[in-house]
Amino acid sequence: MAKGIWIFAEQREGQVKKVAFELLSEGRKIADQLGEELAAVLVGKDVAGLVEALGEYGADKVYLVEADALENYTTDGYTKVVADLVKQYEPSALLLGCTVTGRDLAAGLAQRLETGLMTDCTSMELADGQLVFTRPVYAGKAFVKASCPDARPAMATIRPNTFAPVAGAKTPEVVKVTPDTGDIRQVVKDIVRQISTRPELTEADIIVSGGRGMKAPENFKALEELSDVLGAAVGASRAAVDAGWISHSFQVGQTGKTVSPVLYIACGISGAIQHLAGMSSAKCIVAINKDEEANIFKVADYGIVGDIFEVVPVLTEELKKIMA
Amino acid sequence: MKILVCMKQTFDTEAKIAFDGDGKIDNKGVTMIMNPYDEYAVEEALRIKESGEGEVTVICAGGPKAQDALRQALAMGADKAVLLETGEVDMDEYATAIVLAKAIGELEYDVILGGFRAIDDGSAQVMSRVAEVLNVPVVNVITKLEIAGDKAVATREIEGGSEVVEVALPAVFTAQKGLNEPRYPSMKGIMKAKKKPMDKKSVSDLGVEVAPKVKAISFSLPEPRQAGKVVPGEPAEAARELARLLREEAKVI
Repeated sequence: MAKGIWIFAEQREGQVKKVAFELLSEGRKIADQLGEELAAVLVGKDVAGLVEALGEYGADKVYLVEADALENYTTDGYTKVVADLVKQYEPSALLLGCTVTGRDLAAGLAQRLETGLMTDCTSMELADGQLVFTRPVYAGKAFVKASCPDARPAMATIRPNTFAPVAGAKTPEVVKVTPDTGDIRQVVKDIVRQISTRPELTEADIIVSGGRGMKAPENFKALEELSDVLGAAVGASRAAVDAGWISHSFQVGQTGKTVSPVLYIACGISGAIQHLAGMSSAKCIVAINKDEEANIFKVADYGIVGDIFEVVPVLTEELKKIMA
Repeated sequence: MKILVCMKQTFDTEAKIAFDGDGKIDNKGVTMIMNPYDEYAVEEALRIKESGEGEVTVICAGGPKAQDALRQALAMGADKAVLLETGEVDMDEYATAIVLAKAIGELEYDVILGGFRAIDDGSAQVMSRVAEVLNVPVVNVITKLEIAGDKAVATREIEGGSEVVEVALPAVFTAQKGLNEPRYPSMKGIMKAKKKPMDKKSVSDLGVEVAPKVKAISFSLPEPRQAGKVVPGEPAEAARELARLLREEAKVI
């Protein structure tokens, strides 16, 4: 019988993604309830140094899968090595972070393993020995609870920031795997990184977002200054993206990214239903808008009716003092 | 060049969600549209065809109403449509991928395109699963695609940047916003679309048996958020008070 809760320990350039620690922390609780082992699958090149950190967040075991061909993520390479490992050890569940890589890997992997996959989940619980996941549909306009009752492993991708990372301090057993990476059909020719000191939008604890009220691309500078004081990511509404003021990769909403930060500061955003769907699971929402009738105030915990160009600079200065 | 586009019909982005008597999402009275990400896929297929020669076939698994989405793609310029009627069969991404892949397997293809996700269930799974069943490579979330002979070079979005990936054809590509600007169907295109072939097949016609792996247990609406407080005062004064509230009351900074 399939046994073991596995999490995919996504790493990029020698850093474990925070979501992997979040999954380990919550996976630890589930594994303890089931009396099963919690294992992390760590794939890459020269990544053995990351094993210890995975132990700190509760992994009993780390499957260390290293090969030159696995230095950069490729769909084929990573799918092959993880699928082979799953087939050999037969875990009962496999959890991944809902990141670009987690999402890319999970879908094809689930098909190869002939199992079900629930994506972008925002909660996980045990009911009668089954893992039950809650996931948003229609970008958060509704939620569905679902499970994968028969096929194993039950697979899910979990949205970053869903679980709190809790250090547990274990020394994990390391299982070194010499993988057959197979035929990797995707040839990575180039990787272009935007130089940014800001966190990834989907993983950020705080997001400062701008909409139509920003009026011009150069005005996003004010939001960048505010976000830098807070260590926040910058986001945007569809209106700002469609106006060409900021790239689509910053768009929050039904045709952009769905985010769940601790704090979301909406500046000059009216609050169209498509935008609200993408951010209304934020713990605290602040709205700054000239129009007191704007929809965004209906979901905001704190609102300021006023000109963003007057409010934001003062807020930035004030927070600078507080955060110092 | 044979180009296939997998499509889905979804609720309009303006749609509000309500439940029917069984507690499932009610589609009565909801305006249906072509999944916006699939529009980029259709547009890209048409551009590939127009840059050389080729044929664009659009495929959709769904109910009879999904024909409207297929007709829209035909009106944009696609040549043929295939509707895979799923009827009352309970489908998940696993089952959908098997049905689509089976139908695709009966056709010729060099390039398979689809939206990287649908805006309804947003699971971003089906195209990767189709690629897996067909045993062809997939490149997801692309914002640029160049076809040269039997190879393709795609730019895909990754966290904090982009990645340029080369694959041999046939291959599956999933479209992200930014790939292109989809055209509107012209009046002439709409008229022509009415005469273009629409092949209909049921799941049993395909000779596949599918059973979903994932079971939905219940649906719910998000907890409605309560409007909070408006921080009073002149802009500067309100901003200072807001900073204090975020630290002392909300404790989020």
